[in-house]
Amino acid sequence: MSDTLLFQLTDLSFAYRQSTVLKDINLQLNRGKFYGVIGGNGSGKSTLLELLTGTLKPFAGTIKYQNRSLSSYSRRQLATKLALVPQHFSMDFEYRVKDVVLMGRHPHIPRFSSPSNHDIKTVEQAMETMDILQLQDRPVIALSGGELQRVVMARALAQETEVLILDEATSNLDIQHTIAIMQVMRKRVEENGLTVIAAIHDLNLAAAFCDDCLVLKNGNIFANDAVDRIFTTDLLQTVFSVDASVAQNPKTGSPQIQFRYQ
Amino acid sequence: MTGSKPLFFIGVLFIILCAAIIAATGMGFLKITPLEVIDILWSQLSGHETYGINPTFPFVVMEVRLPRILTSALVGGGLAVAGAVFQAILLNPLADPYTLGISSGAAFGASLAIILTIFGIVIPAWFSIPIFAFFGAMATLIGVFSLASTDNRLSSNTLILSGVIIAAILSAGIGFIKYLADEQVSIIIFWLMGSFVGRTWGDVLTTSVIVFPSLLFTLYFARDLNIMALGERTASTLGVDSRRVKKMLLVCASLITAICVSVSGIIGFIGLIIPHLLRMILGPDNRILLPACFLGGATLLLGADTITRAWLPSEIPIGVLTSLIGGPFFCYIFRKKQLALNS
Repeated sequence: MSDTLLFQLTDLSFAYRQSTVLKDINLQLNRGKFYGVIGGNGSGKSTLLELLTGTLKPFAGTIKYQNRSLSSYSRRQLATKLALVPQHFSMDFEYRVKDVVLMGRHPHIPRFSSPSNHDIKTVEQAMETMDILQLQDRPVIALSGGELQRVVMARALAQETEVLILDEATSNLDIQHTIAIMQVMRKRVEENGLTVIAAIHDLNLAAAFCDDCLVLKNGNIFANDAVDRIFTTDLLQTVFSVDASVAQNPKTGSPQIQFRYQ
Repeated sequence: MTGSKPLFFIGVLFIILCAAIIAATGMGFLKITPLEVIDILWSQLSGHETYGINPTFPFVVMEVRLPRILTSALVGGGLAVAGAVFQAILLNPLADPYTLGISSGAAFGASLAIILTIFGIVIPAWFSIPIFAFFGAMATLIGVFSLASTDNRLSSNTLILSGVIIAAILSAGIGFIKYLADEQVSIIIFWLMGSFVGRTWGDVLTTSVIVFPSLLFTLYFARDLNIMALGERTASTLGVDSRRVKKMLLVCASLITAICVSVSGIIGFIGLIIPHLLRMILGPDNRILLPACFLGGATLLLGADTITRAWLPSEIPIGVLTSLIGGPFFCYIFRKKQLALNS
């Protein structure tokens, strides 16, 4: 079982200046699963993801990745294992779409080398998967928000990592592309053993695609369980302060949330 | 651009620069043909005698014109590379050596050196002005860094804001020094306007000692600079330590700026226009852009200096000329680009 263990977080805390964002987090994340990270605004989701990618250092406690301290990996080593799709992305320079996707190959290409055939092929496949082949020669600054987000997704796919960390990666996308991206992720989790850790605001989306959900509230893990046990009227009331009922999707069996708006 | 096209373009820029150096050496009060210039250069390198050439020409070429021409080329190339690096680091296509207050720091240092001389504390000017300008620039860089360091991510906005604040304080300081200089204020004003008059091989040497290694250093990190355009967080998950690269390259580009300002005074717009124009032609890839900026900046400033030296009836300060031509030209491309984006 130990080689399925990917991340192990022990007594992890983090604070920006004086205000504590995460405290005493204990958590295990396994290989080949689709994790959703949910919680209200300011609950610490993004901070948790940044700690997992190693861009923030924990205040107290440890993060282990494959039984080795995360900080003992060099940035470049980590870049071949973890890829991040950030929430906000903007670019001020006129790189073309395919140049940006090729940047995902950066950790695989030695300094002063040209991209290999494998690099080029991986980039093309990633663009095809994200349905942006027709945009490949356009400058990124001329793209719409949704197109840009797909470019960033393709860049992360081209990185060919075993873990993909998504920080509300689909929040700027229309429903068609949101579902398409989530389906691609799901398929890779099932077929290639990819591990996805995704902060998601849309609870129904999380319920439909994730295996497990981590629920964050005030910097603590409020719950961590399979989706069908997570989404209950009680939890939605306590964590999100909303009135909702939970039904089962007749086709897939996954939970479906209906909010009471009035 | 992909494949061999960019390399071809850089080759063309290199040939243009060489041609410009030879042509400019021939221009001036004494006309020397390009062939004679090549002949003189060849004879200097190989130690042969030159035949049938006016015996004063080798002196004019080697001791008067060439040092000035090479200094202006090195300064132009250096300022353009520094501009391109600042733009890539600050993720702002409109940044240049002035944005961070580096040039103001150098100008303040130089003014201080001049006022000390006026007050009778005699240090030879050829020595004191570059040294003071250089330390002024580096002190400003440290000041800007420590002001920006409250933000431990060293974000572009914090850096630019710190630069603007410190530059404002420094220009008040320069104003005060000008006031103290009283009747001799013209020395400071002329220095600040920038000039290559009377540059020597010593200037060529000091400039190249800083500019060439810095150019190689920035080229080493050119791909990391490209990745940093994705934003600091993403760059770091791609294996680039943005904070470290940012710091090293800021110091490197400031060093280039400091040496350029200290040998020539304030020369504006080269660091803005050259990277901007070349990015429009070649795209933003720093691996191509940085060497192209060096060659393009060198050719442009050398050209501008030759115009004031050989064409204009009386020599106007080079910094004034580049700003007079560069400013409006920049307004034009800026506006054209904005219109293209909005349509």
